[in-house]
Amino acid sequence: MRNILVAAGLLLLAATGRAHALDVFACEPEWAALASEIGGDAVDVFTATTARQDPHQIQARPALISRLRAADLVVCTGAELEVGWMPVLLRQGANSKVQPGSPGYFEAAHSVHLLEVPTRLDRADGDVHAAGNPHIQTDPANIRAAGIALAQRMAEIDPGHAATYRDRELAFRTRLDAAMARWKTEAAPLKGMAVAVQHRSWIYLLNWLGMTEAVTLEPKPGVPPSAGYLAGVIDDLPKKNVRMILYAAYQDPKPSEFVAAKTGIPAVELPFTVGGTDQAADLIAFYDDTIKRLLAHADHH
Amino acid sequence: MRQTRTISAAALMALLAAPTPVFAADDAALQAVRQEVARMRADYEARIQDLEKRLAQTETATNQAATTADEAKKTAEEAASKPDAKPAESNNAFNPAIGVVLNGTAATLHRDPSVYKIPGFSLGSSAKPVDRGFALGESEINMSANVDQALYGNLTVSYARDNTASVEEAFIQSTTLPGGFTLKGGRFKSGIGTLNEQHAHTWDFADAPLPYLAMLNQQYGDDGAQVRWLAPTKMFIELGGEGFRGDAYPANGSANKGVGAKSVFAHMGDDIGKGGEGGSWRVGVSELWTRASNRTIGNDTFYGDDRLTIVDGVYKWAPNGNFADRYVKLQGEYFYRAENGRFNDLTDSTRQQGFYTQAVWQFMPQWRTGLRYDRVWAANPNAALALSTLDPQGQVASRQSVMVDYSTSEFGRFRLQGNLDHSTTKLDPQLILQYTVSLGAHGAHAY
Repeated sequence: MRNILVAAGLLLLAATGRAHALDVFACEPEWAALASEIGGDAVDVFTATTARQDPHQIQARPALISRLRAADLVVCTGAELEVGWMPVLLRQGANSKVQPGSPGYFEAAHSVHLLEVPTRLDRADGDVHAAGNPHIQTDPANIRAAGIALAQRMAEIDPGHAATYRDRELAFRTRLDAAMARWKTEAAPLKGMAVAVQHRSWIYLLNWLGMTEAVTLEPKPGVPPSAGYLAGVIDDLPKKNVRMILYAAYQDPKPSEFVAAKTGIPAVELPFTVGGTDQAADLIAFYDDTIKRLLAHADHH
Repeated sequence: MRQTRTISAAALMALLAAPTPVFAADDAALQAVRQEVARMRADYEARIQDLEKRLAQTETATNQAATTADEAKKTAEEAASKPDAKPAESNNAFNPAIGVVLNGTAATLHRDPSVYKIPGFSLGSSAKPVDRGFALGESEINMSANVDQALYGNLTVSYARDNTASVEEAFIQSTTLPGGFTLKGGRFKSGIGTLNEQHAHTWDFADAPLPYLAMLNQQYGDDGAQVRWLAPTKMFIELGGEGFRGDAYPANGSANKGVGAKSVFAHMGDDIGKGGEGGSWRVGVSELWTRASNRTIGNDTFYGDDRLTIVDGVYKWAPNGNFADRYVKLQGEYFYRAENGRFNDLTDSTRQQGFYTQAVWQFMPQWRTGLRYDRVWAANPNAALALSTLDPQGQVASRQSVMVDYSTSEFGRFRLQGNLDHSTTKLDPQLILQYTVSLGAHGAHAY
């Protein structure tokens, strides 16, 4: 009898202990990874999407609605990346803590300087984002900046663990800074290299590594290329001294592979976010693997 | 700097070399020359020292300038990496988000849709196939925004081919109630079933399935209030209840002093696998009670109660849960309706059933195809009602549909749909070409 009581007590403790963890709803894997780096055991992180999924086109799945209801903090990219599904979750999730404008609603894009802000807004230009290119996670400097802001936000919502968040964020930032110094050296051979991209999702990566985006396989952002359009691209690539064709793990590699087969320029799959490849297990490994894959194909010529 | 030093050294050497060709005539003159050279040497050494000193000073200044430049660059980089001052998260300033949906059809039907009948059913006014020929479909303007910190508001006005505008939805909804509750009030589409709450332009086929057509006059919406509760569980469990004025078919004319209809519904759903990689699903059961008082359709009148039960389910799957390129969506709903009252002043106790089941497959980016089978049937009414509208006379209405659609983008879609409509005794083959586009605010779609 006593054993049962002790067990029940332990269970209760475990249950209440668990209830104390900050429930984080991360829209994309990179923010889940960042929240875990900062929160450690103090947070319980749910990731709405995987690295194999196009974050523009997520279904407002029932499980996402119920997970949003339980969240203390929503961490998304913002810049309209989730505009096709988050509004439904926020409306149906019946959670006042995480409504836009509340401390429980965090958009990483607000902590960084967005690139490719369109000068004209017209859907004839494809799936343009008014705020700028939302694929900010491909530059570690953006993760660094978002991490500082996120730790502050987490401390605001959960003051009891403020010191934990501050310390863990600082420890992560120290590791990231060391890694960034290392990446700078490692990625030096990539500087000035021209690449083709399948979708315009790499501007932050290219900007960071000093590479240039010479060609886009999509005629307009979000519009799949036709065979005719790709034929024009194939003619164009050698003239522009393009060294590789980049596509994200979630993308259908067919357009990149088609162009690669016709031109002999390698198509390179990059993880795009944490979990995009087997090697990209955490944020540091994500950039490690990205640079490794770029270097592996840069040597080809 | 280096150049200056070279020139000074050359001048000095020239000066030192200069005395050699002088032939000493006398010692005194020689002494004078030596003294002069020594003086000059001292003078130039002083000048060289002075120059070297100035050189050192300039070098220091240059280093300082470089350091300052580095610092300035660093400051500029830091400034560039700092976030821009952006307004807080909102749709657009204080204006509501405005979205426009344009929809139109071109169709060939063998039978005149204006005399459309389903045997055994007393149909509402909208229960008919799409119009023949070119026709403007339901084109709508939607405006929505947060009212304030506690409320959200939404207005949808739709325009039809006959130049009439109607308020499809106009409701306010709570955003900050605790405990997972949401309240909604105004005019809205009921949360029963799967398709009912979705706007018709988001449907996967150009027309409503037969059970919706026959038992809900396309879709059930009315003026009323709704409460929803979302359970605090990892699995999606939602319960809802509604009360309506009771103007819309199968109720009518605000029967029961303006509370002529009510409903309850329950939905549950979840992911299969992490991130829905194995698919996701939602099932539900709903109940709608309506009361009609002198509901007149054609020559038929009805007083009494309707009770409609809906069982619905949706399953979606995409490779890795990535819906961008390819996916499959299976969906079905079953309807059971019991009507009790007086039909044309005769005792009426009819039982009607129906279902539809459909599969949609996006087989490559921008291209989808789908199959649908739908069917409704009515039990034989009392002998007194034989040969009335409620007598199916042994007929069962069914239809087979196939569609292919092509999306120019997320915002534009063209659809070609073929129906083999066996609603009545004679087969009606139908071909429908439809466009649906949306402009303005990027509407998010419900599951």
